[in-house]
Amino acid sequence: MDTKKVKFPHGIPGHNLSEVEREIPTGEPPAWPINDDLKVVGKRVKRTDALAKVTGAAKYTSDIQLQGMLFGRMLRSNYPHAKIKSIDTSAAEKYDGVYAVHVFKNAVGMAQAKDGGNSAGFPDVKFAGQPIAGVAAISVDVAEEALKLIKVDYEYLPFVVDLEEAQKPEAPVVFKTDVDQEDRGGGGGGQSGLKTKGNLRGPSTSSFFGGPRGDVEKGFETADFIVEHVYRTQVHTHCSLETHGVVVDWRPDNVTIYASTQNTNSVRHEFAEMFDLPKSKVRVITEFMGGGFGAKHSLGNFGVMAGHLSKKSGRPVSMMLDRKEEHISSGNRPNSVQYLKIGAKKDGTLTAIKQKSHGTAGVGLGAGVGRIAQVMYECPNFSTEQYDVFTHAGPGAAWRAPGNVQGAFGLEQAMDELAEKLNMDPLALRDVIDKSDVRKVERQRGAKQFDWSRRKKPGSDSGTVKKGLGMAQSTWPRFVNLNSTVEIRAYKDGAIEVRSGVQDIGTGTKTILAQVVAEELGMKPEDITIRIGDTLFPTGPGSGGSIVTGSITPPARNAAYKLKLELFDQVAKELETVSSKLSMSGGFIVSQEDNSKKIAVKDALKKMRTEQITTSASRSDDYGGFKMGSFLAHGDLGSVQFAEVSVDTETGFVKVDKIVAAHSCGRPLNITQLEGQINGGVIQGVSYALYEYRVMDNETGHQMNGNLDQYKLPFAMEIPEIETIIVEDYGGRSSTDAYGIGEPANIATAVAVANAVYNAIGVRIYELPITPDKVLKALNKI
Amino acid sequence: MNKFSWYDAKTVNDALEQVNATVSEVLASKVSDQSAVFKCGGTDLLDMMKEGLVAPKKIVNIKNIAGLDAISYHQKSGLKIGANVTLAQMEANAEIKQNYLALHQAVAHAGTPQIRNMASLGGNLAQRTRCWYFRSLDHECLRKGSGTCFARNGENEFHAIMKNGSCSSVHASSVSTALMAFDASVEIAAADGKKRTVKMTEFFVTPGDDSSRESILEANELITAVIIPPSGSKTKSYYIKQGARESYDWAIADVAVVLEVSGSKCKNANIVLGAAAPVPIRSEAASTALIGKEITEQTAKDSAEASMKGATPLSKNAYKVPLFKAIVKRAILKTT
Ligand SMILES: Cc1cc2nc3c(=O)[nH]c(=O)nc-3n(C[C@H](O)[C@H](O)[C@H](O)COP(=O)(O)OP(=O)(O)OC[C@H]3O[C@@H](n4cnc5c(N)ncnc54)[C@H](O)[C@@H]3O)c2cc1C
Repeated sequence: MDTKKVKFPHGIPGHNLSEVEREIPTGEPPAWPINDDLKVVGKRVKRTDALAKVTGAAKYTSDIQLQGMLFGRMLRSNYPHAKIKSIDTSAAEKYDGVYAVHVFKNAVGMAQAKDGGNSAGFPDVKFAGQPIAGVAAISVDVAEEALKLIKVDYEYLPFVVDLEEAQKPEAPVVFKTDVDQEDRGGGGGGQSGLKTKGNLRGPSTSSFFGGPRGDVEKGFETADFIVEHVYRTQVHTHCSLETHGVVVDWRPDNVTIYASTQNTNSVRHEFAEMFDLPKSKVRVITEFMGGGFGAKHSLGNFGVMAGHLSKKSGRPVSMMLDRKEEHISSGNRPNSVQYLKIGAKKDGTLTAIKQKSHGTAGVGLGAGVGRIAQVMYECPNFSTEQYDVFTHAGPGAAWRAPGNVQGAFGLEQAMDELAEKLNMDPLALRDVIDKSDVRKVERQRGAKQFDWSRRKKPGSDSGTVKKGLGMAQSTWPRFVNLNSTVEIRAYKDGAIEVRSGVQDIGTGTKTILAQVVAEELGMKPEDITIRIGDTLFPTGPGSGGSIVTGSITPPARNAAYKLKLELFDQVAKELETVSSKLSMSGGFIVSQEDNSKKIAVKDALKKMRTEQITTSASRSDDYGGFKMGSFLAHGDLGSVQFAEVSVDTETGFVKVDKIVAAHSCGRPLNITQLEGQINGGVIQGVSYALYEYRVMDNETGHQMNGNLDQYKLPFAMEIPEIETIIVEDYGGRSSTDAYGIGEPANIATAVAVANAVYNAIGVRIYELPITPDKVLKALNKI
Repeated sequence: MNKFSWYDAKTVNDALEQVNATVSEVLASKVSDQSAVFKCGGTDLLDMMKEGLVAPKKIVNIKNIAGLDAISYHQKSGLKIGANVTLAQMEANAEIKQNYLALHQAVAHAGTPQIRNMASLGGNLAQRTRCWYFRSLDHECLRKGSGTCFARNGENEFHAIMKNGSCSSVHASSVSTALMAFDASVEIAAADGKKRTVKMTEFFVTPGDDSSRESILEANELITAVIIPPSGSKTKSYYIKQGARESYDWAIADVAVVLEVSGSKCKNANIVLGAAAPVPIRSEAASTALIGKEITEQTAKDSAEASMKGATPLSKNAYKVPLFKAIVKRAILKTT
């Protein structure tokens, strides 16, 4: 490939901004300066779809109404472990208003056993809530009545839903053979090929960052101080406002699927594979999406069922999960029991980190504690062993920074404790062991804004309600999906249209695409039409791993750049110059030699030979040879968060008063949207710290709080004051140099809150969520 | 949700002629599937129907019955609140706020503004417990006719810490905590034109007495009003509720304190605990500890300690004991 050398801004403005030279493909645009010198990018641009959303004009999957559409519902097992001996659907089939009935032959959406786990032709039931059969009828009510008529003959088997019980030798076994589960791009699933013994699978000891380093036992021998504890986190269910669901419209020559998904591409892939169709005959549309935190990457068993029901009935079938189904079956953040041991020298230098974790993703995989302990700090000796423990419970799934949120809870409390043992300020300890420039700046700016100097000695606040301050850090890799393509069309009438399969799950992807293209073409974002979330368009990345911005905005800019060059070629002669001497701004193509020589972009487009021209670009490799596993220390997506809490030492209730969240994401594209993501991440972090947990009944294997009343999400009064600090951090790694923020925003909050609680009461709480019973126990009041 | 027919009752008698079961009877499968039940705001009944817990054949809408929606207050006779009065109306009523502060506070902290707009006082008293086993279709619990209380050795963090020997659910009405502290009575009409008036302390039924119901209401009875005796200038009251969340939540613990004071001395006390036992209870021990004493940090603390004497917390709710002690003490001190 022909390349050229280009200088890019590099580093952090106000700290160490400099330049770096990169060798980049010739066809890619020149470097953008830092945001101060740009017109649209990095600014507070209003969402392109704001009006549609607030007026209700935006149509979500559950709003889709097609002619002749049926409503699907699924029969779910109300017992956690059973073999199905027989199923009789005859009465349901005859029920008035029913058009199709289907019985699952295979289980989907969970780890797959090598022996298939089938008896009598039906998949074994492995959790309460596992779907067995489905009905499509003229209304939801009719479908539900028909479900009651399906007779299932079960052979009930013993079950286990508790993480610790499941590890006992006598525990009922969930999978009798080794299992695997494919990752659908959201960071769910688990490392493939690991062995299963009893209910234990693993350990996983390595990652894309490599395997164990050095010799931890020797490292501990050289340590002056050791911190060693077991930390616990809870199961956290998936509560986006819009539940999982699809509408499948099966036609003889084309299947259209309207999906509430984070990944139009993987839904198409799974559907085509499941029904043995070429991808060209499967179209997935996600125009508006009501939120997803990681569990919405797959077709899901509801999607498979809707496919069968639509195929059988010849009509479109809408299948939206209700809130209970959402809680029990649609994917959760697995819990964890993490043993962590850290050794350090007197000056803070780390000598060894040893980690061992167990967690349950129910009948799924992916209950690890992430790689934060492996990569955030300098430490020569490191080892981890992460086990999945199977239980007869709904599957885990990727959930906003999978693993890392759990892992951070152990690691960052341990660091807080270590700092105290070393008689160092927690920030000063990080200055010694953390080589990240961006977190250093975040610590400085955050501490100033938060006024960290107010922090008192642990437990020293007087009175019944004690205030406490704490902080924690996080890291998240700059993931990129090279399978990301954008097409841009320019029409004779002046319209510009951006097309990609990538979906906007509510984060504002449409808006940043408009900004990037507008910046390149010297236009306004509102002049650009964004059409995304449709697999008829070129493939885009899934919305997981905070991957979208870093993957899709560079090809968007590059395609716009190509378009610009094509237009330059067309008008150069008329403007009496060559195309390399033209520029585009304010809606005009202007000669740099003589700026009186110009033509409006609209007029240039009118002169096109064809009705439209189309350019497209795909994501190229990161400039500078950056790849997963290679050097990430400069410019990981680092964050530092500060928390202020009040702890009522008589009632045990904790209230988070304030969070200051300092974040980086390369080049920020839209400040308002970034703040929105950070606010959301912080709120979910506060909720994980204090409120949300799945209550499983061990005796019956059911979730007891599978609704939005008893499953405690935070509301207005629970939400603290949130201040954000966004640090520009240029790396010269792509034509936009921008990255996502969705997951980073969520990692540090809960543990920052835990550290603040410690600072308030002087006793550490090693288990989430920090409910009054744990606080009162810690204070020896019960 | 099941299909049902709808009847708009015009008068109390009209309603009583149409109805043939209480929701509790339907829940415990004590009636045929031709049940007809009352609905006022529907905030509890419709919840249960959506969950599939009950499937009444006929809904008797009592919301439009004339004369059940008034609040009247006289210094001499006290307060009378019609059964169809919403919690939002009670919250907005100046006389309640002025003369029955704890009741105002209890109402203002119940549910959300949207719920309070729909929730009637009668429905609030007749609503059923929010115990998650009781509300689950998958659990045939003691209250629904089986012999098992799943909460006893199960997930009981929000359950009762007193009188929890058979069923450990707690009554959902936090409004009742305040009503009982003001010594309120419930006015009930029966089909034959008869009326009875029962004290709040007699209105609730403990699971030990009958696990299939939480109140004395019979199928052919309709609550028409709640009556509260006058409150004098020496009456001081306060209510505190602690839920898992501040924005809106059910009480994990709540307390209403109504005191007769003379100077700073407590002449008489009525301290009622909600969410402590299966029904709201007057804590005689707490009252006794306070009566005749100056109200100080120490006497308030003593009274709070006394309120938790004999508590029998379960595996996961021992924290409710210190929690009650804290809010009882605070509520007492807030009256001064
Ligand atoms: C999300 C939520 C939060 C809540 N939080 C609280 C809280 O914090 N504190 C609190 O106290 N309550 C709370 N509630 C309960 C709420 O106050 C009650 O659901 C409401 O008062 C019931 O009144 P309704 O008119 O809607 O009753 P309906 O649902 O219409 O009826 C409830 C029951 O009462 C019967 N009934 C209704 N009226 C009469 C009558 N006049 N005579 C005899 N029987 C009758 C019905 O047959 C039915 O069995 C909450 C409810 C919800 C949904």
